[in-house]
Amino acid sequence: MNRPAGTGARQAPDRDPTWLPRLFWTTAALALLWPLGVATEFRPWVLLEPDNLKVGARFAASFLPPALGSDFLALVARETWRTVAIATAGITLALAVAVPLTLLSTRVLSVSALSGRMARGPFWLRQAVRATLIVLRSIPELVWALVFVRVVGLGATAGVLAIALTYGGMLGKVYGEILESGETQATETLLRNGAGRLQAFAYGLLPTNAAELTSYTVYRWECAIRSSVVLGFVGAGGLGQQLDSSMKMFNGGEVATMLGVFIALVALADRVSAWLRRALG
Amino acid sequence: MAMKKPLAANPPYRLPPPLFDARCKACWFSAALVLLVLASFWSLDLQWAQFLSLDAALSMARFAGEFFPPDLSPAFAWKVAVGTWETLAMSLLGTALAALAGVVLALPASRLHEGDAAWSRSPTRLLLNALRSIPELVWAALLLVSAGLGPFAGTLALALHTTGVLGRLFAEAVENVPPGPGAALRAQGVGPLRVFLYATLPQVLPQLMSYTLYRWENNIRAAAVLGVVGAGGLGQLLAFHMGLFHMGKTATILGAMLLLVALVDVLSYGVRRWMTR
Repeated sequence: MNRPAGTGARQAPDRDPTWLPRLFWTTAALALLWPLGVATEFRPWVLLEPDNLKVGARFAASFLPPALGSDFLALVARETWRTVAIATAGITLALAVAVPLTLLSTRVLSVSALSGRMARGPFWLRQAVRATLIVLRSIPELVWALVFVRVVGLGATAGVLAIALTYGGMLGKVYGEILESGETQATETLLRNGAGRLQAFAYGLLPTNAAELTSYTVYRWECAIRSSVVLGFVGAGGLGQQLDSSMKMFNGGEVATMLGVFIALVALADRVSAWLRRALG
Repeated sequence: MAMKKPLAANPPYRLPPPLFDARCKACWFSAALVLLVLASFWSLDLQWAQFLSLDAALSMARFAGEFFPPDLSPAFAWKVAVGTWETLAMSLLGTALAALAGVVLALPASRLHEGDAAWSRSPTRLLLNALRSIPELVWAALLLVSAGLGPFAGTLALALHTTGVLGRLFAEAVENVPPGPGAALRAQGVGPLRVFLYATLPQVLPQLMSYTLYRWENNIRAAAVLGVVGAGGLGQLLAFHMGLFHMGKTATILGAMLLLVALVDVLSYGVRRWMTR
């Protein structure tokens, strides 16, 4: 094939044609990261100072062998169950918070919205419920736990309440989104033909969305197991509390055992939740 | 000859299935679920009486009342502002480090092309899973031993946990990339690093960016509370002042936390809309 005279075959460039912008953006990113490094006191060489290295190495070395005494294992088993129980009880109470609030807040179940705009009273009620859900959700569960530890004292109650409130907010918000994003024809028909709101929910809205709702709840249960370990660090019982006290005593063997149990627990919850969600389809 | 009975226009009503059937998996599952919930409530020594008593309600009200007025004196507001900036910086730097480490670890954790033996795939994935399943707060408590109190330990803790999460997501993105461009380069004899830089990375970059943004949103919540174990930021201020029952100051800190989280939510929502437009 003949090329028109004069153009010639274009040579592939020897070097990256966009090297200048790449260099510029890399430099800019580093310049932006600098103040962050200052703010976080980011000094990796601190880790390599002989003193810190010695302490860290001694702590890491004490991880082996892991503590496997029968008394200690029994304790770990009991605390692991408590962790799971706190998460389960918390999620159950969170459902008790989330379900009524969701029923109040979804606009699919609004009778006045069937004919054009929603009436003013119900509209503001729905907005108020939504705002409540947002506030519940955006305070981290650890902060709720700190507050409840002051009120009800150390122990599982604070953890259960903290999970119930934060997860109640999360579940309520996402349930609302799921219900409103799905097919609403059946529900609307029921409402138009004179069914009550609860009837329309139970026979129209719930059957269409049940699988998705359940699957999200299971996923949140898995998250709750993770956070119930963390809550133990502020004194809400369970594996986290034991982990915290072992860490404070620099008992590496116990820490190693509990970390292992914890990784296994999270992996198991992960597996169970994935299996359940697949079974739900 | 008897008249044949006409067939029913509709099929006859059937009774609904019995409530419990030994072959029905869902029944067993529901039973197990109810059992789990009951066992949980029964085995925890929950102090409902104490929580729902008038006494507790009063102390709760007193507690909430002490939050007001929040301490807004300039000196303290400045301290909270510094803490907020520290929290923000921790989350940004932690996420950035994790994104880098995630990309570096995603390569050995994925099968790059057909016929790649991928020896390192399972060990790297095991490492990523271990990093991921230990929460940030536990990492922070572990790192305090060698990094000392302060935001540095928190940043590292965020980076370690997020590396596990992002590494796994990145590895999946890399494995799902359309193989054409990479194969074309490999057929020309281009080395694996340059295949990654010029074929794989450009294809997965938008996905990596959106995963990283999503994690940043999560990390800012985590960074706000990491300080409770002494790892800097707003959490450290919160734990300190709550421990000393400075309720006015606690209220200011909580307000700053809520504001920060809400701001990041709005920002990240906006950025994601802008990116997907």
